[in-house]
Amino acid sequence: MVNTEPLSEYKIMELLAQIPDPDIPVVSIVELGIVRDVQVDDASKVTVTITPTYSGCPAMSVFKEDIRETLLKNGAKEVDIKISFTPAWTTDWLSESTRYKMRKHGIAPPETNSSDPVALFSSGKQKIKCPHCSKTDTNLTSQFGSTPCKAIWFCNSCNQPFEYFKCY
Amino acid sequence: MKTKEAIYTYCLRIADSNLILGQRLAEWCSRGPILEEDLAMTNISLDLFGQAETLYEYAASIKGNNATADSLAFLRVEREYCNRLIVEQPNGDFAFTMVRELLFSSFQKNLYEALYKSNDEMFKGFAGKAVKEAKYHLRHSSEWVIRLGQGTEESHRRTQWAIDELWRYTADMFEMNEVDEELISMGIAPDLKEIQKLWIKSVMSVTAEAGLTIPETPHVIKGGNDGIHTEHLGHILCELQYLQRAHPGASW
Ligand SMILES: [Zn+2]
Repeated sequence: MVNTEPLSEYKIMELLAQIPDPDIPVVSIVELGIVRDVQVDDASKVTVTITPTYSGCPAMSVFKEDIRETLLKNGAKEVDIKISFTPAWTTDWLSESTRYKMRKHGIAPPETNSSDPVALFSSGKQKIKCPHCSKTDTNLTSQFGSTPCKAIWFCNSCNQPFEYFKCY
Repeated sequence: MKTKEAIYTYCLRIADSNLILGQRLAEWCSRGPILEEDLAMTNISLDLFGQAETLYEYAASIKGNNATADSLAFLRVEREYCNRLIVEQPNGDFAFTMVRELLFSSFQKNLYEALYKSNDEMFKGFAGKAVKEAKYHLRHSSEWVIRLGQGTEESHRRTQWAIDELWRYTADMFEMNEVDEELISMGIAPDLKEIQKLWIKSVMSVTAEAGLTIPETPHVIKGGNDGIHTEHLGHILCELQYLQRAHPGASW
C-alpha cells in the first residue's frame, strides 16, 4: 500500500489501535493502555512510548515488533520505541468497552479497582462473574493461568472453566 | 561511595536474587505436585526474570562499557553475585519451596513498597509494578503455608522443618553496608531495619494462622552482599550460564 498522506499523531494512534494483543486478539494494544505517547517529526520519524504490563510479559517483544512493522509499512521513515515505567500500568485503565469485549471473548475482566486490597488478597471470598452465563457461583481454580495476566476460575452454574484477567 | 555506583550494586542485589530464585522455581517445571502448581511456580519465575531484566538493564546503563542485561546475568562469576542467600537454597519438597517463597516474597513486598517512595524515578517505576507481582507471590505462598501447616501431621511436620532450616538465612536479607548508607542518605532506598519489622509482622501473621512456630536462631548465615555464598550457587550458575559460556553471544 502506498500512502502519500503525511503521518499525523492521530493517524498513528489509529494505526496502533489496529494492532491486537497477541494473547487477547479482540483487544488492541491501545485499548490495553500500553501506548502512552506518540510523537512524529517533520521527517516522519515516529517515537512511540509504551509501558510494560507485567514485568515478565513475553508479549512485550511482540508489541514492539508489531508497532515498528505497522508504522514502517504506513509511511514512517524511522520508528523509535521508548519504554516508560511511570505511571505503572494498571488494569484500572481498561475501559468499559474493552471489558465488554473481553467478556464476549470468554475472559472475565478485572472486577475490582487495583488499589483495593481485596482485589489482590482475599480471592477466596471474592466472586467473579462468569463470562459465559453471568452467574457469580464461581470458584478460583488457580491464581496462575495460561499467561501471566490470567487466573483460572470455574463456574458452578454452567460447569465451565473460564479465565479471569487479574487485577493489577 | 558515589550514588551511581551504589545504585548499580543495589540493582544487582535485587536482580541477582530474582534471577536465582526464578531459576530455582523453574526447576519445578514439569515436576509440580499438580498442574496448577506447575503453572504457578513457572509463572512466578517469569515475573522474577522480568523484574531482574528491568534492573539488569538499568545497571548496564549505569555501567556502560558495552554491558548488557545479558552480560550481567550470564557472564559474572560466583563471587560477583550479590543475591540473598535464601534464594539459592535448593527447592527441597513442596513445603520447603513454599516456605522459602513466603519468607522471601514478604521481604520483597515490603521492600518494593518502600522503593515505590524512592527519589530515584527508575526504582519508583520498577517498584510500582513489581509490588503487585510480589503481592500475588506472597498470597500464593501464604495460602499454601497455612494449608500445609493446618493439614496433616506429615504436612505440618515438613512445613515446620522447612521454617527451622530456612530461618538461619533470613537475617541475610536485611544486611546493609555502605551501599545502603549512601542510598538511604539520598532518599533512594529504605533502611532495611524498618523493612525487617514489617517483614516479621507479615510472616508471623501467616505462621500463627498455620500453627507453626518461629525458631530461636542460634546460628545465622550471612554473606550475600559480599558475594560469599553457600555451596549451592556455583551449581546453579553452571546450569544457568552454560549456554552463554559454551556459545558466547548466542541468541534466538
Ligand atoms: Zn457460567
